[in-house]
Amino acid sequence: MKRVLKIYMEKPELAALVLLTGLIILFQFLSDGVFLNANNLRGILGILPEIGLMVIGVTILMIAGEFDLSVGSVFALMPMTMAVLMADGTPFILAFMLGLAFAALVGFVNGYLTVKFSIPSFITTLGMLFIARSLTIVISGGFPPLLPNDLPNWLFTVFVGPGQLFRMSFIWFVLIAIAASLMMSRTNIGNWIKATGGFLPAADAMGIPTAKVKIAAFMLCSMLAGFAGMLQVLRLGSPLPSIGEGWELQAVAAAVIGGTALNGGVGAVVGGIIGAILIRVIDNGLVLSQIDSNWFKFAIGFLTIFAVVANSWLRKRAKSMKVET
Amino acid sequence: MTNPIISIKNMHKWYSGVHALRGVSLDIQPNEALGLIGDNGAGKSTLINILSGAQLADEGEIMIDGELVNIRNPRAAMDLGIETIYQYNSMVPTMSIARNMFIGREPLKSSFFGIGIMDQQKMREDSVKAIADVDLHLRSPDALVGELSGGQRQGVAIARAMHFRSRVMILDEPTNHLSVKETAKVIGFVQSLKQQNVTSIFISHNMHHVFECCDRVVAMARGEIVLDKPIGETSIDEVHEVL
Repeated sequence: MKRVLKIYMEKPELAALVLLTGLIILFQFLSDGVFLNANNLRGILGILPEIGLMVIGVTILMIAGEFDLSVGSVFALMPMTMAVLMADGTPFILAFMLGLAFAALVGFVNGYLTVKFSIPSFITTLGMLFIARSLTIVISGGFPPLLPNDLPNWLFTVFVGPGQLFRMSFIWFVLIAIAASLMMSRTNIGNWIKATGGFLPAADAMGIPTAKVKIAAFMLCSMLAGFAGMLQVLRLGSPLPSIGEGWELQAVAAAVIGGTALNGGVGAVVGGIIGAILIRVIDNGLVLSQIDSNWFKFAIGFLTIFAVVANSWLRKRAKSMKVET
Repeated sequence: MTNPIISIKNMHKWYSGVHALRGVSLDIQPNEALGLIGDNGAGKSTLINILSGAQLADEGEIMIDGELVNIRNPRAAMDLGIETIYQYNSMVPTMSIARNMFIGREPLKSSFFGIGIMDQQKMREDSVKAIADVDLHLRSPDALVGELSGGQRQGVAIARAMHFRSRVMILDEPTNHLSVKETAKVIGFVQSLKQQNVTSIFISHNMHHVFECCDRVVAMARGEIVLDKPIGETSIDEVHEVL
């Protein structure tokens, strides 16, 4: 019993999971049962994939020991690239491929500069935050182009599932989340990512191509952010150049709330997802409970700090438990 | 005289203005336990970093079994059977023992361009066995390396090197920061390498440790080899004098 408790207390995503459960119960109570009804869940689950996919990429990159502030801008840049291409008559699938390739290129530049010149990724991606946002507006020419009418919405935004509870985007999110989670826990590449972020000199000494691992993580992170942006644009029906502003920090907050360490090596995809759900739940729950929604950012900030403190406390407690594992 | 397993010829290394290795040549015989001694900055770390692929030499060549080799990176060294146990631990503290054992060399169930699903069952079983083989008793292979003592970590690193059947084991200051008991264990281990047909290079600045477990002592100073004698023909005092 004590042993099981110790194992769970050492799991960094635990604190977030407990918080999430607590908040769901609280909001369900405060909103007189409206929070968990089908209509409201539909709203939460419709938006969740957009922040969720971004958080998956950010979490993996943070485990690899790096950081990406440009995801919010890429979130807008990728769908804007697609929209501009489609306005010129490019078919959706080709525009989609080119958009993803562009996002991957942004990630590559982030990673290459960071690794090659040993610059903190905070700096490179801060620069990229401005560059990508500016490019988004420049290529749109100031006026976002109209989206064509024949978009494959059936593949991304239509409501499906029991009681039409979620959108197709949610299925994409779940599939990508499972794939990312398995990649981190079961494959050798997951092992390399953890080693690279956990202790770089050891990873280097064991012959892991750490530069490539980091660059790949940057590229994956950018592509997921771009894909998430496309989902939002398809949902809204218009490629606004301002979408995703401030999301880069929400994504970091979600990853941290979910137990990812800022200096790498520690964390899990599922933790980041729990963090993302927490953010959506708070955003939605505050409104439903008729609390002034300006408290939203306060709550995110508070939770970020609280989750980290709770985690470190739990870990200390677990360490002091005298059980053999 | 048998053919040397490693033969280093005329090796040079500069660090922007510092001539760290000044034409070092060294032959190491199979099964030999070589003690490499020198003060800080004498060039011994540079020499072994080049052998283990962590750095490239500016000049000179390395022959293994009489064949010229090019050790471009740590992986190339490992593929040649050279395993290095570094002073500052080659373990990732945030990962489990089983995962650490196989970093970069994970057994895969199936793979696609070298990427695939790890055989975690095998990783656990093999690490338990490898650790038992070096006479170490650890708890579960799922324990984090960060929770182990310095000596235990060194033990896991040694177990890892043995598991991959290294032919040459380089131990870079393996007894630093270890307790007396743990030090004795590491020294006993180096002594046992001979019976297992493993050549070892033991780097230390503790002469007593070197004299206890090596056959031959090589002393370096200012980027050159200043003494190279079998243990029986020299003494701690003599080595002290040349440093």
